[in-house]
Amino acid sequence: MSFNEEGPPTTSEMLQRVVVARGQVEDVVIVPVLAVALALVLGGITMLLTGVDVPRIGAAFSALFSGSFGSISALSETLTAATPVTLTALGIALGFRAGLFNIGAEGQMMLGGMAAVAVGFSFPGLPIFIHLPLALLVGALVGAAWAAIAGWLKAATGAHEVITTIMLNLIATQLTGYLLRNPPIQKPGRHDPISQSVLDSAMLPKLLTWLDPNLRLNAGYIIVLLMVALVYWLLFRTTLGFEFRASGLNPFAARYAGMRSGLIIVVVMAISGALAGLAGGVQVLGVLGRASPGFTGGGGFNGIAVALLGRSHPVGVLLAGILFGALEAGGRQMQVSAGVRIDLIAIIQSLIIAFVAAPLLMRAAFPWAFQKKAAVTR
Amino acid sequence: MTMTATAPDRSASLDTIKRRSTLINGWVLIGLAVFVAAVLGLGSVGDATFRLALPGDVIALPNLVVPAAPYIYIVAALLAFFGGRQFVRGAARRSSLFLGLGLFLAVTTFLVWATAGKDFSLTGMLEATVVRAVPIALGGLVGVLSERVAVVNIGIEGMLLSGAFTGAIVGSLLGGWIGLVAAVAVGGIMGFILGALVITYRVDQIIAGVAINLFALGLTSYVTSQVLTVHHEFNEAPIFDGIDIPLLSSIPIVGRVFFQQNIFVYGAAIIIAIGTYYLFHTRWGLRARAVGEHPEAADTLGLNVYRIRYINVTIGGMVAGFAGAWFTLGSVGRFDINMTNGRGFIGLAAMIFGRWHPVGALMAALVFGFADALQQKLAILQTPIPSEFLAMAPYIATLVLVAGLIGRARAPAADGKPYVKD
Repeated sequence: MSFNEEGPPTTSEMLQRVVVARGQVEDVVIVPVLAVALALVLGGITMLLTGVDVPRIGAAFSALFSGSFGSISALSETLTAATPVTLTALGIALGFRAGLFNIGAEGQMMLGGMAAVAVGFSFPGLPIFIHLPLALLVGALVGAAWAAIAGWLKAATGAHEVITTIMLNLIATQLTGYLLRNPPIQKPGRHDPISQSVLDSAMLPKLLTWLDPNLRLNAGYIIVLLMVALVYWLLFRTTLGFEFRASGLNPFAARYAGMRSGLIIVVVMAISGALAGLAGGVQVLGVLGRASPGFTGGGGFNGIAVALLGRSHPVGVLLAGILFGALEAGGRQMQVSAGVRIDLIAIIQSLIIAFVAAPLLMRAAFPWAFQKKAAVTR
Repeated sequence: MTMTATAPDRSASLDTIKRRSTLINGWVLIGLAVFVAAVLGLGSVGDATFRLALPGDVIALPNLVVPAAPYIYIVAALLAFFGGRQFVRGAARRSSLFLGLGLFLAVTTFLVWATAGKDFSLTGMLEATVVRAVPIALGGLVGVLSERVAVVNIGIEGMLLSGAFTGAIVGSLLGGWIGLVAAVAVGGIMGFILGALVITYRVDQIIAGVAINLFALGLTSYVTSQVLTVHHEFNEAPIFDGIDIPLLSSIPIVGRVFFQQNIFVYGAAIIIAIGTYYLFHTRWGLRARAVGEHPEAADTLGLNVYRIRYINVTIGGMVAGFAGAWFTLGSVGRFDINMTNGRGFIGLAAMIFGRWHPVGALMAALVFGFADALQQKLAILQTPIPSEFLAMAPYIATLVLVAGLIGRARAPAADGKPYVKD
């Protein structure tokens, strides 16, 4: 899986298929659309098999839609749910572009969120224009540092980032559990794992309270849009981004061209982790106001799916993030009004990942949707 | 998981590397000695009482009473001696042995320190160690079976979860044995799906594994919250009782630890033995390994690379199904959401620790099982060390090992690469 001298760099080859070349409309549009459709159909079949009758399945799908795009408040929920997952996905997509699989976004998000909370409840009296950016910045830096460990291990020893980031995830989970149960993070007087509440001066402002005070959409989504632009600029308009992409496409050629592969690995992992840490910060400072176990809501793992679905392109990630946010928000509505548990959404999401990553499977399943030509190769 | 030696390591001569690692071992041992003496030795008062007999033992051993402070200082001195020995000429030959011995002794001092002035059932903990090692060791074997044919299996966690879930539901409806068979079958199906995704449809192996994990987690969580919370009768599986092996089970300590367990412990031992025999002593195993090392050559010799990969990954899935059933049929008798809790990933770590060998993975799993059992039992002793840090220890050890193993352990050469027949 790593780029050893004996053979071709397979992981990056596989990831290349994730990365789009111009003109591959079929892979960019048709495969994801079919994947989403097929996953929804299979979700319906799952409901049928678990004893949900047909009218309720209809109600579930209609709630899935109305809860995600049906009203202003639904849209606000969709974008709120899309915020953290789009940020982690941007980081993961950046890694894909450079031939790295950052499976550790979950742990980076967790620790970034914890750091942001810690800054957020400390320093009373700071004005919001200092306190809020400081909390977000510290969150991003902690995420970057945590991810850089994996990058450094890979660059220095060749340890594969998948196994190291999985371990770092498990360590981060334990560390978070410990921090939440002990001072100074734990809320005084509580015995369950929960952090102190973030001060108002570190909370991301809500954007739509002038329409309806209950709308939760916050400035986190503006950060998402800024980061999409920033990652686009970094990848496609800077030398550094060119080096990232070159190392991802062909690490040997990149090395012969004089690029410092070890440094690139560490930098890519650090930026990827910074985005995940920022996701954690935005989640606690925008929505939750404090941290508790599981506060990431699986944002790190869903980010993998979003990055794949968005074909590792910042704009694709933005759109895929909205889709995942919609599934999340719609799923909540589905649970309330149709009595179908939200866990169904996780099934649909996992199917989307599998199908999007398997264009050959989609071609085999829907031959009429594609031009007749030989199987996709690299 | 391939780990490639970096350029400087390769250029350095073997002797230099050996010498350097000997020196590192020496410093580690001396560091341990200082830690043991300074942190554990200070403040240890009283005797540590280890209970060796459990209620109902045929031959009851007396308690093992260790005076805490003297024991700790003696071990610290021994560790310092082992460490110093590494700097002497010619120490390189048994360097790793002494490091292992030193680590073992350090763990015993930790136990003595934690137990000082209290009492603690040593046999009970060893028993728990073996029980907790079962899913990890089998998970490691699953990893070995698939990576030996060059398929990276990140989906072990999901396969364990499906096995646990199937075991609970089918076990509740049709009895434990049928539940076990169903769990194995479903595990096999999950393995086959992974195989289809990565072998036939050439999905990136890690992405396919991640998808399998998320799918298994999503499906089992959904059915649990949608159906099982209403129909409790689907989630009341029987638990396999322990079976005493005649004679062997009455041996003190050993009998309790190894010969009064349920079929999952015995089954794991047998499966790992068969797996080792299959991979390293049969022509089928040789072919499987050839496919993992050099699929083109294997293909040229007339082996069906795809079929061999499918078979191994599917068998791996079946083993994972069996291991998953341990969580429900062999342990608590009911399914809970995400009850495998990362054990599949630890199995993957055990595989790397065990250098892609089933027996090595078993040994690593026993270490992980020990850490797991220790974490639980230390909560009873109320040591000042937070349980979270103990839980972290195996993961940190894995990180260090994955980084340090370079050049010593090697994954199958074709690991992670899809094979495209021209």
